[in-house]
Amino acid sequence: MKHQSLRVLATVVSLAAVLMLGACHKKTAPPPPPPPPAPSSPTAAISVSPDTIQPGQSATLTWQTSNATDVSIDGIGAVQPSGSQQVTPADSITYHLVAKGSGGTQEATTRLTVTQAPPPTAMTSSPTEEDLFGRTVKDIYFDYDKSDIRGDQQASVQSDMLFLNQHPNIGFTVEGHCDDRGSTEYNLALGDQRASAVKNALTTAGINASRIKTISYGKEKPFCLEENEACWQQNRRGHFVYQK
Amino acid sequence: MSYRVCLCLGSRNRYKRMGDTHKTVPRFTFGAPLLSVLSGLILVASVLAPSSSAQDWVRTGSGLGVEKVRLAVPDFKPSNNDPQNDPLLKTFNDTFWNDLDNSGVVELVSKSFYPLQVPGQPPEVTFPAWNAPPSNAAMLAFGNVGVVTGKLTVQGWLYDVKNTASPEVLGKQYTDVPTIDAARVIAHKFADEIIFRLGGGIPGIAESKIYFVSDRSGHKEIWVMDYDGSNQRQLTHLGSDSLSPRVSPDGSRLAFSSLTKSGWDILMYSVDLNRVVSFPRFGGTNLSPAWSPDGARLALSSSRGGNSQIYVCDASGANLHRLTSNRGPDVGPVWNRKTGAQIAFVSGSTGLPQVYTIEADGTNEQRMTDQGYAVSPNWSPNGQFLTLAWIRKYGPGQPGSSDIYLMDIASKQWVQLTHDGGRNDYPSWSPDGRHIVFESKRSGKEEIWMMLADGSKLHQLTFTGRNTQPNWSWK
Repeated sequence: MKHQSLRVLATVVSLAAVLMLGACHKKTAPPPPPPPPAPSSPTAAISVSPDTIQPGQSATLTWQTSNATDVSIDGIGAVQPSGSQQVTPADSITYHLVAKGSGGTQEATTRLTVTQAPPPTAMTSSPTEEDLFGRTVKDIYFDYDKSDIRGDQQASVQSDMLFLNQHPNIGFTVEGHCDDRGSTEYNLALGDQRASAVKNALTTAGINASRIKTISYGKEKPFCLEENEACWQQNRRGHFVYQK
Repeated sequence: MSYRVCLCLGSRNRYKRMGDTHKTVPRFTFGAPLLSVLSGLILVASVLAPSSSAQDWVRTGSGLGVEKVRLAVPDFKPSNNDPQNDPLLKTFNDTFWNDLDNSGVVELVSKSFYPLQVPGQPPEVTFPAWNAPPSNAAMLAFGNVGVVTGKLTVQGWLYDVKNTASPEVLGKQYTDVPTIDAARVIAHKFADEIIFRLGGGIPGIAESKIYFVSDRSGHKEIWVMDYDGSNQRQLTHLGSDSLSPRVSPDGSRLAFSSLTKSGWDILMYSVDLNRVVSFPRFGGTNLSPAWSPDGARLALSSSRGGNSQIYVCDASGANLHRLTSNRGPDVGPVWNRKTGAQIAFVSGSTGLPQVYTIEADGTNEQRMTDQGYAVSPNWSPNGQFLTLAWIRKYGPGQPGSSDIYLMDIASKQWVQLTHDGGRNDYPSWSPDGRHIVFESKRSGKEEIWMMLADGSKLHQLTFTGRNTQPNWSWK
């Protein structure tokens, strides 16, 4: 009995000593490190131009990612985070891009069609290019009485830039529009600011300013006529128009 | 003692207490009842017991200090049996009555009080029929109209019917070609003569013009009409969008903004030559030109330097230089019509557009409106007031109601003139400072309306297509 209690006592004492030693130690326990910032999600975009070819012809595949460390395209393999490559497939193919980063994974796809039918005769202003422009380039939408580019519009700006970089020969106009509330004159000036804001966003990112014309239509040429916020938002935009 | 400026003569006017006194300026006119005309406006300071509420509706009525002259205007009579007379007589009488009724200077005695026999010549006037009940007129306008030896001839008199010994105030005769238009013009001229005499020496506006934008041709073009809405005719035929017409003080030229191949440019139209004449292109988006009262300079909005700011140039377009330097967008300038030394304009630099003034040399930028969405300032002929379009108490997503307001520039006190909801914008002063013309969507689509500067006598001038941005001539 005495042994046991002695042993227990010794354990307690030595434990206490260790604890006290630890407590007397000059170095204080460091505060827990701040949690690391949540890593940004990767973004990914991919496109091919032209999107229709004849067998034996080539197309240019272009892609852009951000916040990704591991980028690969099915059928090609690992690639740089952003870049372009010439491809000459024998058959129609869908290019599938996967971008992985510490913030997650993002995917994007684009389709290249290989057809026996010859594409329409290319003119100096290719109608296919204009259609493509209209389908691909997204308008930029604004808040009421504002001409600054909203956060949720940045993705559109990005994808527009991607397309415009792929087609450096295209010139275009940005029209500034407003909803139908308020005065004719003030809305023309506001529309002018919106068109300029879109142009500035593009030129800052490297698009040549000489490709971009701007014009304001104020509330003169609305896209819809209903008196509600859904329609008003539709009208508050920078609208892209292909220049022939 | 507090003074309250009331806008008399109009019913249901909302007003805010307007600080300082505005002295009445009595003008004696040949024994007629005392008239008070304040610098051409029908604002009167009345010493009333102060009221706790500054948002009362003001009643009309003679208890408020000013009585307009009671004028009886029987139809002019045909001077002979020429069959051409009837349409000319009708045009003359309708126009004459309308001009006087809308003048803001006289109160027309209702025709139901007139005697059965009305005079066409001085010997036919029976005074007791006019100066006693039920007519109780102070003045009588009468005369005759007819085609005499192929010419339209109008004789007209203005009588002070309370002065039976020596009643004649005016006696005029007019001759012209026997057309409807000529009959209308003569009616305007004689009405203006009467208004000049009875309205304190300020010329009448019956021959003034209103320039405006109409889309009835398929495009927005510049049009013009007589001040009462007649003779609406198209001036520009550009097939594009033309906006913001502003006529020069001498009436010879019209500046406007138009969508050309290069964008929005200031264009110049010659009223004399009936066509667009050359004017320099500035680059950028150029809007809302405005004439200085001496006709020598234009103020405008241009984005040629980046964002829309106010610029000034010579009437020829030369010597363009920038006046404002703020975040903008700045648009819609208008000069102080009396001095030419200040410019009011609209700026979105703080968010929603507000009205500012600035000296013509670019100094002393002052903000005039305190909240909401304020646009379209227009300066009164006497230099003291702005009229503007304003949505007060503006909230996010809240469409609000845009109404026409009157603001005293020195004190920034304001009065609301329209109250019926809907969209009212782009007010423009008449040369006599008594009327305001503006665009309104109250009928369902944009049309041009006119009212007295106290909000009364509101009536519609245009009915076809969409009509906007009226601009009253300077004389």
